Amino acid sequence: MGCLDGKIALVTGAGRGIGRAVAEKLASEGADLALCDVKVEWLAETEAAVKGMGRKVISVAADVSKAAEVDAAVDAVQAACGRIDILVNNAGITRDGYLARMSEEDWDAVLDINLKGTFLMTKAVAKLMMKQKSGNIINIASIIGLIGNAGQCNYAASKAGAIALTKSTAKELASRNIRANAIAPGFIETKMTDALPEEIRKKMLDAIPMRRFGLPADIAHAVLFLASDASAYLTGQVLSVNGGMVM
Amino acid sequence: MALEDKVRDIIVEQLGVNADQVKPEASFIEDLGADSLDTVELVMAFEEEFGQEIPDQDAEKLTTVGAVIEYLKGKNIGD
Repeated sequence: MGCLDGKIALVTGAGRGIGRAVAEKLASEGADLALCDVKVEWLAETEAAVKGMGRKVISVAADVSKAAEVDAAVDAVQAACGRIDILVNNAGITRDGYLARMSEEDWDAVLDINLKGTFLMTKAVAKLMMKQKSGNIINIASIIGLIGNAGQCNYAASKAGAIALTKSTAKELASRNIRANAIAPGFIETKMTDALPEEIRKKMLDAIPMRRFGLPADIAHAVLFLASDASAYLTGQVLSVNGGMVM
Repeated sequence: MALEDKVRDIIVEQLGVNADQVKPEASFIEDLGADSLDTVELVMAFEEEFGQEIPDQDAEKLTTVGAVIEYLKGKNIGD
Protein backbone atom coordinates (compact mmCIF):
# COMPACT_ATOMS: atom_id res chain seq x y z
CA MET A 1 0.00 0.00 0.00
CA GLY A 2 1.40 3.36 -1.00
CA CYS A 3 0.11 6.88 -0.49
CA LEU A 4 -0.36 7.29 -4.25
CA ASP A 5 -2.24 4.07 -5.00
CA GLY A 6 -4.47 4.47 -8.06
CA LYS A 7 -2.97 7.83 -9.07
CA ILE A 8 -1.61 8.61 -12.55
CA ALA A 9 1.49 10.81 -12.62
CA LEU A 10 3.02 12.49 -15.67
CA VAL A 11 6.70 13.41 -15.28
CA THR A 12 8.61 15.39 -17.92
CA GLY A 13 12.35 15.03 -18.36
CA ALA A 14 11.95 11.58 -16.82
CA GLY A 15 14.90 9.96 -18.61
CA ARG A 16 17.54 10.82 -16.06
CA GLY A 17 18.56 12.90 -13.08
CA ILE A 18 15.84 14.39 -10.92
CA GLY A 19 13.03 13.37 -13.29
CA ARG A 20 13.99 9.73 -13.16
CA ALA A 21 14.31 9.76 -9.36
CA VAL A 22 10.90 11.43 -9.11
CA ALA A 23 9.24 8.89 -11.42
CA GLU A 24 10.66 5.98 -9.46
CA LYS A 25 9.70 7.48 -6.10
CA LEU A 26 6.09 8.10 -7.18
CA ALA A 27 5.92 4.56 -8.58
CA SER A 28 7.25 3.15 -5.33
CA GLU A 29 4.26 4.74 -3.58
CA GLY A 30 1.78 3.12 -5.94
CA ALA A 31 1.34 5.63 -8.78
CA ASP A 32 1.17 4.53 -12.40
CA LEU A 33 3.49 6.61 -14.54
CA ALA A 34 3.43 8.50 -17.81
CA LEU A 35 7.00 9.37 -18.73
CA CYS A 36 7.92 12.14 -21.12
CA ASP A 37 11.23 13.14 -22.65
CA VAL A 38 12.49 14.41 -25.99
CA LYS A 39 13.01 10.86 -27.24
CA VAL A 40 11.29 7.71 -26.00
CA GLU A 41 14.64 5.86 -26.14
CA TRP A 42 15.86 8.10 -23.34
CA LEU A 43 13.09 6.71 -21.13
CA ALA A 44 13.97 3.02 -21.44
CA GLU A 45 15.80 2.74 -18.10
CA THR A 46 13.20 4.68 -16.13
CA GLU A 47 10.45 2.66 -17.78
CA ALA A 48 12.14 -0.62 -16.83
CA ALA A 49 12.58 0.55 -13.24
CA VAL A 50 8.92 1.56 -12.91
CA LYS A 51 7.74 -1.71 -14.47
CA GLY A 52 10.02 -3.57 -12.07
CA MET A 53 7.95 -2.12 -9.22
CA GLY A 54 4.81 -3.59 -10.79
CA ARG A 55 3.40 -0.24 -11.87
CA LYS A 56 1.91 0.55 -15.26
CA VAL A 57 3.92 2.89 -17.44
CA ILE A 58 3.53 4.69 -20.76
CA SER A 59 6.37 6.60 -22.42
CA VAL A 60 5.71 9.54 -24.72
CA ALA A 61 8.09 11.76 -26.68
CA ALA A 62 7.70 15.54 -26.75
CA ASP A 63 9.78 18.66 -27.00
CA VAL A 64 7.92 20.57 -24.28
CA SER A 65 8.58 23.89 -26.01
CA LYS A 66 6.35 22.86 -28.94
CA ALA A 67 2.61 23.13 -28.30
CA ALA A 68 1.63 20.53 -30.91
CA GLU A 69 4.01 17.95 -29.45
CA VAL A 70 2.85 18.65 -25.91
CA ASP A 71 -0.82 18.38 -26.87
CA ALA A 72 -0.20 15.11 -28.72
CA ALA A 73 1.71 13.67 -25.77
CA VAL A 74 -1.00 14.63 -23.28
CA ASP A 75 -3.69 13.22 -25.59
CA ALA A 76 -1.76 9.94 -25.76
CA VAL A 77 -1.48 9.78 -21.97
CA GLN A 78 -5.16 10.55 -21.55
CA ALA A 79 -6.10 7.87 -24.08
CA ALA A 80 -3.96 5.29 -22.28
CA CYS A 81 -4.61 6.24 -18.66
CA GLY A 82 -7.97 8.05 -18.73
CA ARG A 83 -6.85 10.78 -16.36
CA ILE A 84 -3.83 12.61 -14.97
CA ASP A 85 -3.70 13.22 -11.22
CA ILE A 86 -0.17 14.51 -10.82
CA LEU A 87 1.94 16.57 -13.23
CA VAL A 88 5.62 17.10 -12.52
CA ASN A 89 7.15 19.71 -14.82
CA ASN A 90 10.79 18.74 -14.52
CA ALA A 91 12.20 19.03 -18.06
CA GLY A 92 14.89 21.69 -18.08
CA ILE A 93 18.17 22.71 -19.64
CA THR A 94 21.06 25.11 -19.04
CA ARG A 95 23.03 27.19 -21.56
CA ASP A 96 25.33 29.11 -19.25
CA GLY A 97 27.24 32.23 -20.18
CA TYR A 98 27.83 35.74 -18.99
CA LEU A 99 25.02 38.14 -19.75
CA ALA A 100 27.22 40.46 -21.81
CA ARG A 101 28.15 37.55 -24.07
CA MET A 102 24.89 35.58 -24.06
CA SER A 103 23.46 34.87 -27.47
CA GLU A 104 19.81 35.40 -28.20
CA GLU A 105 19.72 31.75 -29.18
CA ASP A 106 20.90 30.56 -25.75
CA TRP A 107 18.45 32.87 -24.02
CA ASP A 108 15.55 31.59 -26.12
CA ALA A 109 16.51 27.92 -25.83
CA VAL A 110 16.46 28.00 -22.01
CA LEU A 111 13.31 30.12 -21.72
CA ASP A 112 11.53 27.96 -24.30
CA ILE A 113 12.13 24.66 -22.52
CA ASN A 114 12.13 25.72 -18.89
CA LEU A 115 9.38 28.34 -18.84
CA LYS A 116 7.30 28.05 -22.00
CA GLY A 117 7.49 24.26 -21.74
CA THR A 118 6.10 24.40 -18.21
CA PHE A 119 3.31 26.69 -19.40
CA LEU A 120 2.38 24.51 -22.39
CA MET A 121 2.36 21.30 -20.38
CA THR A 122 0.42 22.90 -17.52
CA LYS A 123 -2.14 24.31 -19.97
CA ALA A 124 -2.71 20.95 -21.67
CA VAL A 125 -2.98 19.00 -18.42
CA ALA A 126 -4.94 21.65 -16.51
CA LYS A 127 -7.81 21.29 -18.99
CA LEU A 128 -8.11 17.65 -17.96
CA MET A 129 -7.67 18.39 -14.28
CA MET A 130 -10.40 21.07 -14.43
CA LYS A 131 -12.79 18.47 -15.80
CA GLN A 132 -11.69 15.98 -13.16
CA LYS A 133 -12.10 18.68 -10.52
CA SER A 134 -8.87 17.48 -8.99
CA GLY A 135 -5.19 17.58 -9.71
CA ASN A 136 -1.75 18.35 -8.47
CA ILE A 137 0.93 20.27 -10.34
CA ILE A 138 4.53 20.34 -9.18
CA ASN A 139 7.06 22.51 -10.98
CA ILE A 140 10.76 21.91 -10.52
CA ALA A 141 12.23 25.40 -10.27
CA SER A 142 15.65 26.17 -8.80
CA ILE A 143 17.44 28.01 -6.03
CA ILE A 144 18.85 30.08 -8.89
CA GLY A 145 15.32 31.32 -9.64
CA LEU A 146 15.27 32.78 -6.11
CA ILE A 147 18.75 34.28 -5.78
CA GLY A 148 20.08 34.61 -9.35
CA ASN A 149 23.53 33.48 -10.44
CA ALA A 150 26.39 34.96 -12.41
CA GLY A 151 26.56 33.16 -15.73
CA GLN A 152 22.97 31.93 -15.57
CA CYS A 153 20.77 34.94 -16.31
CA ASN A 154 18.68 32.89 -18.74
CA TYR A 155 18.29 29.94 -16.38
CA ALA A 156 17.57 32.23 -13.41
CA ALA A 157 14.91 34.13 -15.36
CA SER A 158 13.30 30.91 -16.55
CA LYS A 159 13.12 29.49 -13.02
CA ALA A 160 11.88 32.73 -11.46
CA GLY A 161 9.26 32.75 -14.21
CA ALA A 162 8.32 29.18 -13.38
CA ILE A 163 7.79 30.19 -9.76
CA ALA A 164 5.48 33.06 -10.75
CA LEU A 165 3.67 30.72 -13.14
CA THR A 166 3.22 28.26 -10.27
CA LYS A 167 1.66 30.90 -8.03
CA SER A 168 -0.70 32.10 -10.77
CA THR A 169 -1.70 28.52 -11.53
CA ALA A 170 -2.36 27.93 -7.85
CA LYS A 171 -4.59 31.00 -7.57
CA GLU A 172 -6.49 30.27 -10.78
CA LEU A 173 -7.17 26.60 -10.15
CA ALA A 174 -7.56 26.32 -6.38
CA SER A 175 -11.35 26.50 -6.76
CA ARG A 176 -11.16 23.41 -8.96
CA ASN A 177 -9.38 21.39 -6.28
CA ILE A 178 -6.08 21.65 -8.14
CA ARG A 179 -2.94 22.47 -6.21
CA ALA A 180 0.25 23.89 -7.73
CA ASN A 181 3.57 24.15 -5.94
CA ALA A 182 7.21 24.56 -6.89
CA ILE A 183 10.37 23.00 -5.58
CA ALA A 184 13.57 25.02 -5.62
CA PRO A 185 16.41 22.49 -5.51
CA GLY A 186 19.84 23.68 -4.45
CA PHE A 187 22.94 22.03 -5.87
CA ILE A 188 21.89 18.52 -6.88
CA GLU A 189 24.33 15.93 -8.27
CA THR A 190 23.13 15.30 -11.83
CA LYS A 191 24.50 15.44 -15.36
CA MET A 192 23.49 19.11 -15.38
CA THR A 193 25.76 19.99 -12.45
CA ASP A 194 28.52 17.52 -13.42
CA ALA A 195 29.28 19.92 -16.24
CA LEU A 196 30.37 22.67 -13.83
CA PRO A 197 34.09 23.36 -13.24
CA GLU A 198 35.65 21.96 -10.06
CA GLU A 199 36.31 25.42 -8.55
CA ILE A 200 32.62 26.35 -8.85
CA ARG A 201 31.61 23.04 -7.30
CA LYS A 202 33.97 23.68 -4.38
CA LYS A 203 32.60 27.19 -3.89
CA MET A 204 29.05 25.80 -3.91
CA LEU A 205 29.93 23.12 -1.37
CA ASP A 206 31.44 25.75 0.95
CA ALA A 207 28.12 27.63 0.81
CA ILE A 208 26.07 24.60 1.95
CA PRO A 209 25.76 24.37 5.74
CA MET A 210 25.02 20.64 5.54
CA ARG A 211 28.32 20.16 3.68
CA ARG A 212 27.03 17.85 1.00
CA PHE A 213 25.49 18.22 -2.40
CA GLY A 214 21.89 17.15 -2.79
CA LEU A 215 20.89 13.92 -4.50
CA PRO A 216 18.02 13.42 -6.95
CA ALA A 217 16.38 11.34 -4.20
CA ASP A 218 16.27 14.42 -1.93
CA ILE A 219 14.14 16.18 -4.53
CA ALA A 220 12.05 13.08 -5.19
CA HIS A 221 11.10 12.96 -1.50
CA ALA A 222 9.96 16.58 -1.64
CA VAL A 223 7.92 15.87 -4.78
CA LEU A 224 6.29 12.91 -3.04
CA PHE A 225 5.30 15.19 -0.15
CA LEU A 226 3.75 17.73 -2.50
CA ALA A 227 2.08 15.00 -4.59
CA SER A 228 0.46 13.32 -1.61
CA ASP A 229 -2.37 14.31 0.70
CA ALA A 230 0.24 14.99 3.39
CA SER A 231 0.42 18.46 1.81
CA ALA A 232 -3.33 18.81 1.20
CA TYR A 233 -3.48 22.43 2.50
CA LEU A 234 -0.37 23.58 0.64
CA THR A 235 -0.63 25.48 -2.64
CA GLY A 236 1.26 28.26 -4.40
CA GLN A 237 4.38 27.61 -2.34
CA VAL A 238 8.04 27.20 -3.15
CA LEU A 239 9.71 24.43 -1.20
CA SER A 240 13.47 25.01 -0.99
CA VAL A 241 15.47 21.78 -0.78
CA ASN A 242 19.08 22.89 -0.58
CA GLY A 243 20.92 21.72 2.54
CA GLY A 244 20.53 25.19 4.00
CA MET A 245 22.31 26.97 1.14
CA VAL A 246 19.67 29.71 1.15
CA MET A 247 17.35 30.40 4.07
CA MET B 1 -30.81 15.97 -29.87
CA ALA B 2 -31.72 19.58 -30.63
CA LEU B 3 -29.07 22.25 -30.26
CA GLU B 4 -30.95 23.85 -27.36
CA ASP B 5 -30.99 20.55 -25.46
CA LYS B 6 -27.28 19.93 -25.98
CA VAL B 7 -26.43 23.43 -24.79
CA ARG B 8 -28.71 23.00 -21.76
CA ASP B 9 -27.10 19.68 -20.84
CA ILE B 10 -23.60 21.16 -21.00
CA ILE B 11 -24.62 24.07 -18.79
CA VAL B 12 -26.32 21.76 -16.28
CA GLU B 13 -23.22 19.57 -16.17
CA GLN B 14 -20.69 22.41 -15.94
CA LEU B 15 -22.47 24.65 -13.48
CA GLY B 16 -24.36 22.05 -11.47
CA VAL B 17 -27.70 23.86 -11.91
CA ASN B 18 -31.17 22.45 -12.57
CA ALA B 19 -32.31 22.15 -16.16
CA ASP B 20 -35.35 24.37 -15.50
CA GLN B 21 -33.06 27.25 -14.49
CA VAL B 22 -31.44 27.22 -17.92
CA LYS B 23 -33.76 29.69 -19.65
CA PRO B 24 -32.73 31.68 -22.73
CA GLU B 25 -32.57 34.94 -20.77
CA ALA B 26 -30.55 33.45 -17.90
CA SER B 27 -27.16 35.08 -17.36
CA PHE B 28 -24.39 32.62 -16.51
CA ILE B 29 -22.87 34.85 -13.87
CA GLU B 30 -25.89 36.64 -12.45
CA ASP B 31 -28.55 33.92 -12.60
CA LEU B 32 -26.65 30.64 -12.74
CA GLY B 33 -23.92 31.38 -10.22
CA ALA B 34 -20.96 31.02 -12.56
CA ASP B 35 -17.63 32.66 -11.80
CA SER B 36 -15.34 33.89 -14.57
CA LEU B 37 -13.39 30.64 -14.68
CA ASP B 38 -16.70 28.76 -15.04
CA THR B 39 -17.49 30.82 -18.13
CA VAL B 40 -14.10 29.90 -19.63
CA GLU B 41 -14.77 26.23 -18.91
CA LEU B 42 -18.23 26.54 -20.49
CA VAL B 43 -16.76 27.97 -23.68
CA MET B 44 -14.20 25.14 -23.75
CA ALA B 45 -17.01 22.62 -23.30
CA PHE B 46 -19.03 24.17 -26.18
CA GLU B 47 -15.93 24.13 -28.38
CA GLU B 48 -15.39 20.45 -27.64
CA GLU B 49 -19.02 19.44 -28.12
CA PHE B 50 -19.57 21.33 -31.35
CA GLY B 51 -16.06 21.11 -32.83
CA GLN B 52 -16.04 24.85 -33.38
CA GLU B 53 -13.40 27.19 -32.03
CA ILE B 54 -14.89 30.22 -30.29
CA PRO B 55 -12.51 33.21 -30.41
CA ASP B 56 -12.11 35.24 -27.20
CA GLN B 57 -13.76 38.30 -28.72
CA ASP B 58 -16.87 36.21 -29.46
CA ALA B 59 -16.74 34.33 -26.17
CA GLU B 60 -16.92 37.48 -24.07
CA LYS B 61 -20.30 38.31 -25.63
CA LEU B 62 -21.79 34.93 -24.72
CA THR B 63 -23.12 35.96 -21.34
CA THR B 64 -26.56 34.34 -21.50
CA VAL B 65 -27.96 30.97 -22.52
CA GLY B 66 -29.81 32.55 -25.43
CA ALA B 67 -26.68 34.32 -26.69
CA VAL B 68 -24.89 30.97 -26.91
CA ILE B 69 -27.73 29.34 -28.83
CA GLU B 70 -28.00 32.27 -31.25
CA TYR B 71 -24.24 32.29 -31.74
CA LEU B 72 -24.05 28.58 -32.51
CA LYS B 73 -27.05 28.80 -34.84
CA GLY B 74 -25.32 31.68 -36.61
CA LYS B 75 -22.40 29.32 -37.23
CA ASN B 76 -24.84 26.76 -38.69
CA ILE B 77 -24.18 24.37 -35.84
CA GLY B 78 -26.76 21.87 -34.71
CA ASP B 79 -29.13 22.38 -37.65
